[in-house]
Amino acid sequence: MFSYIVRRILATIPVMAVVAIFVFALLHLSPGDPAAIIAGDTATPADIARIRAHLGLDQPIYIQFGDWVWRLMHGDLGISIFTDLPVTQLIAQRVEPTVALTISTLVVSVAVAIPLGIIAAWKAGTWIDRAVMVFAVLGFSVPVFVLAYLLIYAFAIAADWLPVQGYVGPSRGLWPFVSHLILPSIALGMIYAALIARITRASMLDVLAQDYIRTAQAKGLGSLRVLLGHALKNASVPIVTIIGIGVALLISGVVVTETVFAIPGLGRLTVDAILRRDYPIIQGIILIFSGVYVLINLLVDLSYTLLDPRIRY
Amino acid sequence: MTTLTRRDWLAAGALTLGTSLLPSRGRAQAEAATLRFIPQADLRSIDPIWTTAYVTRNFGYLVFDTLFALDAQFKPQPQMVDTWTVSNDKLVYKFTLRAGLKWHDGLPVRTADCIASIERWAKRDQFGQKMMEAVETIAADNDNAFTIRLKAPFPLLLNGLGKLSSNVPFMMPERLAKTDPFQQIPEAIGSGPFKFVKAEWEPGHKAVFARNIDYVPRTEPPSLAAGGKLAMVDRVEWLYIPDPATAAAALKAGEVDWWELPPADLLPVFKDDPNVKVAITDPLGNMGVLRFNHLLPPFDRLKMREAVLNLVDQKDYMRAVAGDPKYWRTCVALFICGGTPFETRAGAEALLRGPNLDKAKALIAASGYKGERIVLMSATDQPIVQAQALVTAAALTKAGLNIDLQAMDWGTLVTRRASKKPIAEGGWNLFHTWTAAPDMLSPALNIPLRANGENAWFGWPSDPKLEALIDAWFKASDYAAQKRLAEQIQVEAYRGDVPYVPTGQFVIPTAYRSNLHGIIVAPVAFLWNVEKT
Repeated sequence: MFSYIVRRILATIPVMAVVAIFVFALLHLSPGDPAAIIAGDTATPADIARIRAHLGLDQPIYIQFGDWVWRLMHGDLGISIFTDLPVTQLIAQRVEPTVALTISTLVVSVAVAIPLGIIAAWKAGTWIDRAVMVFAVLGFSVPVFVLAYLLIYAFAIAADWLPVQGYVGPSRGLWPFVSHLILPSIALGMIYAALIARITRASMLDVLAQDYIRTAQAKGLGSLRVLLGHALKNASVPIVTIIGIGVALLISGVVVTETVFAIPGLGRLTVDAILRRDYPIIQGIILIFSGVYVLINLLVDLSYTLLDPRIRY
Repeated sequence: MTTLTRRDWLAAGALTLGTSLLPSRGRAQAEAATLRFIPQADLRSIDPIWTTAYVTRNFGYLVFDTLFALDAQFKPQPQMVDTWTVSNDKLVYKFTLRAGLKWHDGLPVRTADCIASIERWAKRDQFGQKMMEAVETIAADNDNAFTIRLKAPFPLLLNGLGKLSSNVPFMMPERLAKTDPFQQIPEAIGSGPFKFVKAEWEPGHKAVFARNIDYVPRTEPPSLAAGGKLAMVDRVEWLYIPDPATAAAALKAGEVDWWELPPADLLPVFKDDPNVKVAITDPLGNMGVLRFNHLLPPFDRLKMREAVLNLVDQKDYMRAVAGDPKYWRTCVALFICGGTPFETRAGAEALLRGPNLDKAKALIAASGYKGERIVLMSATDQPIVQAQALVTAAALTKAGLNIDLQAMDWGTLVTRRASKKPIAEGGWNLFHTWTAAPDMLSPALNIPLRANGENAWFGWPSDPKLEALIDAWFKASDYAAQKRLAEQIQVEAYRGDVPYVPTGQFVIPTAYRSNLHGIIVAPVAFLWNVEKT
């Protein structure tokens, strides 16, 4: 097991290197010049040229890449072209809201979806099953921003129960922290809840058709014990896989949610940086995201050994 | 030792939770003393000389101060300056600073700081560059007084020092003002009414300002950028909310106090809300611009540019940009309409008459246009730019021009417009932008008007006669002469060169909670004098 973990971690190095080269090349080959954006609407071409020179953007691309890699090897993600602040500082400012939103969304999604999926499988073919599937279809179909606006209108404007926007850290009180996450988590979690509910239902249906479940029922075990004690554990490998993939998808999915709810997270930082061609920020975030993806995949793979003793690495 | 029971733990937990749920008296007082403001854009840079971004200019007005400032009649009034004299030959200006001015780090404001600030500004600003052509020396007489000696009279010196919009000649400590003007200053230390709290700055989300308790405001009432700058709140928070619908909801819910530039289509949301006021605090607003590339065919030919002039209907543009007629007007004055000092209709017959398709077609035929592709660049992430581009594409296509409307984001457009390459190599023929009225109020400020070839703004028009008239305007000794020359400049611009076409003047109203008072009517959202009750 230990050697497997070490091998997987070492395997991330070439992955990250490929990501770094690809992202750098893609950014520098795409149109758009941060110097022109900085200089503003009334700048002359000479002004733009001087700003480019100061930013080092007039250097050949291989020199810019070499500089970036050298700094990266020293743990330095560079300086934001626009704000003149270290990229690590900007990312550090944004990690907490994104992590909080991701975790709260996962909690909401899993808490809603797994019971729904189990109930749908248990009551397969009944109106309850159909109602859960309607919920799942709705979850897939309604865009995040539409649901977000509806939630804002209903719970923040009309009822005045929850805040419209923003993020408040846990250090400023439990309720302010939680209240700012409820609507974004529901809006973002809907699609994942739908996905997890469908997978849970399908997986549970497979397991519930197995002989050992019939045996358990024949022995007189209660439905709850059969469902949770015998069926769910054996159905959990695909569910955990989809939750793991969901975490990775959530990181990219937070962009819209963070924009609509004005949450200062990594998603918004990425979009803002792309729009103004702030290369060091884009490069830094994508590199970190790719590292997180690799780590999540590793954790999901390791969790299989806990859920299914037959799996060994 | 007392043992805590499960009930004790529950009681303690409930008390802690309850305390965190209830707003404290201190928190309520802090709410009243904090002005929450949604700026027009995210604050990305804190150096108003390094960038011309309006949001950084507005930031500059909070943190920095100016030697002079324009009043509501667009006349320069002293701000950091206490007294000044001008010699009879108009070649020597002597300035004395107000007593007691301090930087935010506690050090006194010295003339050396101001001299370095003027010099840095003049290296980036076109008005400043023109001014420095006339300057022989700027020298400190002592820590509180300095002298500007000129080679030749420059009647607009005080207007330059009080320039209203980007780049504004903000004063900074010498150590910051010595920074290369093409590099950012590392910190924002000014002497303005608010201090920038850099530790709380989260680019893309929030910028925080604290009242500068050492600030000594002038005693005159506020008038545009001039007069007393009274900080009426302890703290200002700029909260950047990128989604307009969310910003509208936040204002309605009272989570923010003031939204600087709400889009026109969301204004009806506030119509019946007694807690929100919608007002036009910037009556001059902005001007739409259609820019030609004068280097490439077919708009290297005057007849083609005149043809476009005969196709433009400003009403179409303004309906697309601003919708409700109370938010726009047609305006042919290159120096802005609305009672501005150099407003004139001279030379603008084509625009005043309105579209003339037959004349446009005749001009197109006479120009030798053979149906070559015309690249019109549009930024789809800039609604005002995109709306104008769609109107232009329709009007020019109607006249038989082969328009290739290319959609891109603003970042790509501003990069591509710097290209002088032919169309086949990524060049361009037309693009739209818009400019705040204060940046077009006179020939000194109107950058798209300049026709100095390679040194001109993107599009690079070349018209020596127009340039000579602008030079003469700078040297004009009185307002009457300036006014006459401004008319001649406009006539030459419309009949002799057509460097660009104005597409109309529009305002963007502002929206704020009804408990705000004292908002200054000005083209810039000044946050001093604003009280929250």
